[in-house]
Amino acid sequence: MNRIGTYLFLGAVALFLLLPLVVVLGVSVNEKQSLTFPPEGFSLAWYGQIFTDAEWRSALFNSLTLASGSAVLSISIALPLSWFLWRWYAPWANIFRLLGIAPFILPPVITALGFLTFWATSGFYGEPWTAIVSHGIFFVTLPLVTTTLGFTSIDKSVVEASSTLGANEFVIFKTVVFPLILPYVISGFAFTFVLSLNEYIVAYMSVGFTMETLPIKIFNALRYGYTPTMAAVSFLFVAVAALIFAVVARFGDLPKLLGNHSGGDVK
Amino acid sequence: MSGLTLSGIRKEFGTFVAVEKIDLQIPNGSFVCLLGPSGCGKTTLLRMIAGLEQPTNGEILIDGSDITGIPTHKRNLGMVFQSLALFPHLTVAENISYALRIRGASKKDQTARVDELLEMIHLSGYGDRKVSQLSGGQRQRVAIARALALSPKLFLLDEPLSALDAKLRESMQVELRQLQQKLGITTIVVTHDQREAMTMADIVVVMGEGRIRQAAPPVEIYRKPADKFVADFIGATNLLPITRDSGGVAQLNGAKLEGITLDENEGTLSVRPEDIHLLSVGEGTVEGTVAFIRDLGATVETFVDVDGHQVMASCSPRERRPLQVGDKVGVSFDKGASVVLTS
Amino acid sequence: MNQPAPNSVKDYGPLLYPALMLLVFFAIPFGIMIAVSFFQRDPAGFYTVDFVFSNYERFLSAFFGKVLSFSVGLAVLVSLICTVISFPFTYLLTRLKRRTQVFWLVGILSVLSLSEVIIGFSWSSLFSRTAGLTNLLVSLGILDSPTSLYPSFGAVLTAMVYQALPYTILVLYPSLARFDTSYLEAAKTMGASPIRAFMNVMVPVQRNTLIATLIMVFVFALGSYLLPQILGRPQHWTLSVLITDQAIYQSNMPFAAAMAVFLVLISLALIGLTLLIGKEEKVVS
Repeated sequence: MNRIGTYLFLGAVALFLLLPLVVVLGVSVNEKQSLTFPPEGFSLAWYGQIFTDAEWRSALFNSLTLASGSAVLSISIALPLSWFLWRWYAPWANIFRLLGIAPFILPPVITALGFLTFWATSGFYGEPWTAIVSHGIFFVTLPLVTTTLGFTSIDKSVVEASSTLGANEFVIFKTVVFPLILPYVISGFAFTFVLSLNEYIVAYMSVGFTMETLPIKIFNALRYGYTPTMAAVSFLFVAVAALIFAVVARFGDLPKLLGNHSGGDVK
Repeated sequence: MSGLTLSGIRKEFGTFVAVEKIDLQIPNGSFVCLLGPSGCGKTTLLRMIAGLEQPTNGEILIDGSDITGIPTHKRNLGMVFQSLALFPHLTVAENISYALRIRGASKKDQTARVDELLEMIHLSGYGDRKVSQLSGGQRQRVAIARALALSPKLFLLDEPLSALDAKLRESMQVELRQLQQKLGITTIVVTHDQREAMTMADIVVVMGEGRIRQAAPPVEIYRKPADKFVADFIGATNLLPITRDSGGVAQLNGAKLEGITLDENEGTLSVRPEDIHLLSVGEGTVEGTVAFIRDLGATVETFVDVDGHQVMASCSPRERRPLQVGDKVGVSFDKGASVVLTS
Repeated sequence: MNQPAPNSVKDYGPLLYPALMLLVFFAIPFGIMIAVSFFQRDPAGFYTVDFVFSNYERFLSAFFGKVLSFSVGLAVLVSLICTVISFPFTYLLTRLKRRTQVFWLVGILSVLSLSEVIIGFSWSSLFSRTAGLTNLLVSLGILDSPTSLYPSFGAVLTAMVYQALPYTILVLYPSLARFDTSYLEAAKTMGASPIRAFMNVMVPVQRNTLIATLIMVFVFALGSYLLPQILGRPQHWTLSVLITDQAIYQSNMPFAAAMAVFLVLISLALIGLTLLIGKEEKVVS
């Protein structure tokens, strides 16, 4: 592939990906309280409103709590599962791997509906913690995939070597396995956190009427009342996500975390 | 009973029998090589000694006490794996001191022992390096040092030198042997390279199809192979079918092989190429025709057709007779060096 | 390297918590949903326990059949377009210098964090008459006057492709990173042009990856809920929209559940079919 063609193609796709971001940025700095683009006037007030307006603030807080809570829950389920499937030969246990992947590959509305009926039946419908559980289960796939990927990069014989040096299962995990899988745990956490912040329908069906997360509030704002604050929020989220992933890239090997084990430049 | 004892060891994987029945006695302080082609069960046997596999039947004893049921991490041994299995997230020093560290040894003790070991493997000063920064040979030595950190009773190595290039292998073989002699530790090495086994071992255990074919010092294995398998596997050899005449003397296609007796009616004669001599026609025991000559510089190999069997004779260039393909020659076997095998 | 079987009951310990969580909070909700699909609708509450097929019968009417086929068709289209774009894109990405790759990867991962709502909103702006792309075309002299490009099928399609693109790239990334360029170089030495080499060598080798990607995007697109509503007219609304509508606004959970179950079955059937075709071709060739 010639170089100019390559750059043109890559550039075109990049432009395509950037267009909505440009819109979001433009709207977020609009002076008046209307969603006009290109922006009329310039104001950063809307970024401030995220923190000063009580409703936006609580939505932000709810989203952050939901994101961190569900990310922790997802990891707590995914790590032991992927470790078990890597460490031991137990083919029947793969059914749990399937259960772990299923919520994510099914259309979200189905998982959302499933949770709706579940919470309604069990009587917990509307309780805030149900959202954390719903998201935690829904996003299990992400850390499951990243940790499974991570485990394949670990030479199994280091576990045996550890054993010959006197380590029992627990010590092996603590001193050898966990340090090696940690980067993948973190990337799984980052993915879940970021995706949970922006997830709409599962959250909505679980607690939509009692608790407003940012995506729910944004959608309502879109329907009932316009403020550029929602654009400011979105742009902020993108910026935060970029920051998180840039940090991951700085301290870890991002291509490797995403599956590129080739080490150097691929020829 | 001192030393390592394997008694009636058998290992089945489902219907597949990896190890049939092993009885072996290894004296303390000896260097043993488990030698055989791939699939013969040698690695499985080593892993059972390490506790990484459980035998289906049989017991493993160290100095009389049964360790068969004891898990690996309580067996106090040192093992070097084929892939070396060095911890990628730890430095050289941290790798070596691992066994000490997980037992709660003090920083001072750890450092002292690490320095001691680094010196032993000629890598002093390399402690802070990452494993990825080392060459293949250096990693080898770190793996050895790590295994020996707690001065274990048993030192096990699974094809440790297979990843090294030829020259490095040869020097490592010597180093390994010297190290073992210095420390006096019971060492078991799995290898498929017979030169390696012959170089390093006190006792070579030749394995085939899950059984021990012969366990003896290298020279004995070479000079007096126990069966066809061992004879064929170790060094080059000529295997000739022989029959018994009325007097109990062996004969090859009717020609009497004086001095070689046979118990059964049929058997196989194993003769090393260097024990076959080519003489003028009429001399020697049998007659043959030269089929092919290969001059390798240090040795000359001559392939001779003897009544449908091909034998290979080797000699040094100095002893070489002027022969060409098609010439008729007389072939004689060194009686004392030939071995009669039954199976 | 042998993978040992668990030795003792204790070894199964770590599996207990994940297994329990997944069973209780996924398998059970899913099972309940299937059960609910057979229940009777209760206007006062959620539903009354019963066993009827009426929900499924209602679903098999002409109207819902149309919606189903539209949803599937849309998902297939999104899947194809997305894969066709991302495949060469990701391939070129993996051939870049590693440092450059990191830069692109961070960018793509950040785009992932745009929520569906915002994507919908942004594209509605871009397609609008007053502020959209058509204004740009007018200033370039290509169009006479600006028009609104939404609500329309094209708008929905564009936005859905946009949404799926980062996921597709990240899914293709590992496989394409592993691809050995010497295959293509061998083809070139035998006289193939770059495009030819790409089609004749790259695509067949990556066949399984492509199939997996197509399936993934298909399932992903099938679940799209917000974009069809924001950028499309009611005839563009997918099954997911209808399911949510029935569940929340019409208070008809059993019917919504029935549709959801049907959606799952259709998805599984299509996935199975694709995998079967993929396998058969292998045997024949």
